[in-house]
Amino acid sequence: MDTPRHINFDYAAGYPVDPEVFKAMAPYFTERYGNPSSLYALGVEAREAFAEAQIRVGELVGAESPEREIFFTSGATESNNLALKGYAFRNRRKGNHIITSSIEHISTINITKYLERNGFAVTRIPVDKYGVIKIDALKASITDETILVSIMYANNELGTVEPISEVGKITREKKIALHVDGTVAVGKIPVDVVDDNIDILTMSSNDIYGPKGVGGLYVRLGTVIEPILQGGGQQRGLRSGTEDIPSTVGFGKAAELAKRRMPDDSKYTSGLRDRLVKGMLNEVEDSYIHGHPTKRLPDIALVRVFGIEGEAIVTELDREGIYISTGSACASKTLAPSHVLESIGLNEIQRHGALQFSFSRLNREGDVDKLLSVLPGVVKRLRDISPVWKFKDRFLEMYTSEEEEEFEQF
Amino acid sequence: MSQYGSMGYTEKVMEHFRNPRNVGEIKDADAVGSAGNPVCGDLMTIFLKIKDKRIVDIKFMTFGCGAAIASSSMATELVKGKTLEEAANLSKQAIADALDGLPPIKMHCSVLATEAIEAALKDYYSKHPSKS
Repeated sequence: MDTPRHINFDYAAGYPVDPEVFKAMAPYFTERYGNPSSLYALGVEAREAFAEAQIRVGELVGAESPEREIFFTSGATESNNLALKGYAFRNRRKGNHIITSSIEHISTINITKYLERNGFAVTRIPVDKYGVIKIDALKASITDETILVSIMYANNELGTVEPISEVGKITREKKIALHVDGTVAVGKIPVDVVDDNIDILTMSSNDIYGPKGVGGLYVRLGTVIEPILQGGGQQRGLRSGTEDIPSTVGFGKAAELAKRRMPDDSKYTSGLRDRLVKGMLNEVEDSYIHGHPTKRLPDIALVRVFGIEGEAIVTELDREGIYISTGSACASKTLAPSHVLESIGLNEIQRHGALQFSFSRLNREGDVDKLLSVLPGVVKRLRDISPVWKFKDRFLEMYTSEEEEEFEQF
Repeated sequence: MSQYGSMGYTEKVMEHFRNPRNVGEIKDADAVGSAGNPVCGDLMTIFLKIKDKRIVDIKFMTFGCGAAIASSSMATELVKGKTLEEAANLSKQAIADALDGLPPIKMHCSVLATEAIEAALKDYYSKHPSKS
């Protein structure tokens, strides 16, 4: 099927590779196809390209010794696996307790569940209504057995930026390792592993216009983790397998561009985001913005409309060539509702009306205006046939938000 | 390309989703039934006018995804003018088939409509015990 001309507000699902990145990668598919493990000139060339990529990625996050601290994986999922399993299994003699949050990405959640099945105890600390982790709860859950804290730098659904430097101060003082999932934050907002006391950092290439299929892991010198892949001992033994030089070069170039473009891109995408949010809240009755009002990523917004279901909205907008995402269970593979929206206290009915927008440097003001011209009509049509909208008062009574008190119990 | 287009829906599902039949409320309905589960994200309310054990008018309102709305619309078409017994026998498969199929993960949406009809018939029989 040909991809029709479209307006995309779901870049989080997949970014196009930047043309400059694509260009930088090209020679490494054909002429410069060497293996960094080879001793002869072709291998040296590959080794140098790899090291250059490590430096570029390292510079983006403030790594002090990138050639010894930056590792490349198949993506953020593998990086999270290597970080969490690798650290937990290597350090289990120190303790078996891991602390994470209730709003982590599904990959982190499933890895920590796997670790629970393998003898580790996991505490998932709650968040407030903005999706900010409760620092007091984190402090209170630390025990002598705690070896690792894993918190995302920013949340992919809400855009809320977590207080990582505060977490880093605590973990450093208590001599607990800190893993941070920086997938949606690195390259979008300044992240500094030294300032924030981050020991292990997951990074994604595609989220910064690099190729898919490659991710990064920063591992601070002195932080010991064990490999999850056994093989030929490439990448200092931590990640065996012949290095994917084209992808690595692409990620390196994307990191270089991201560092340079961050101030302008951030200003640009947050301007579009604000235009869309403001427009929606003005044009659509009973719509709400979620996530932290100021501590947020520039390119993500979650807006919720009451009384209708998100998948139906996505289906309607698809017809107009407008792509968005929803937190509704009906649009997910498992029909399970978003654990993030549940964690911030939204009830079933509210969660189904959640619309997720993720912007890129390729969006235009006209895209936002087009969406704003179409969306109110879509919402009206679906509300006209919705019993939840028609009998709103009754449903509001049946499903009242549990608000803050539930969170305070911790 | 398969029969399923963008969003995994057939043309018929899209057509019923875009232009649902029998939408609305019957103020003096003889029977009203609701079904669905807000956790799954679908809720349907159905209104029936019944004369001589036959559904003479039917209206519905649905909160849900494209498949839920299309299934609701198709179900009302399938039972309109039918006897109460025929309506009670409407299967979820018949609704899905009439829509040229539903994505496997959305098959449960067709149950929404059969359960709403069932609830409405139960409501009717409870008000008119002699007619069951």
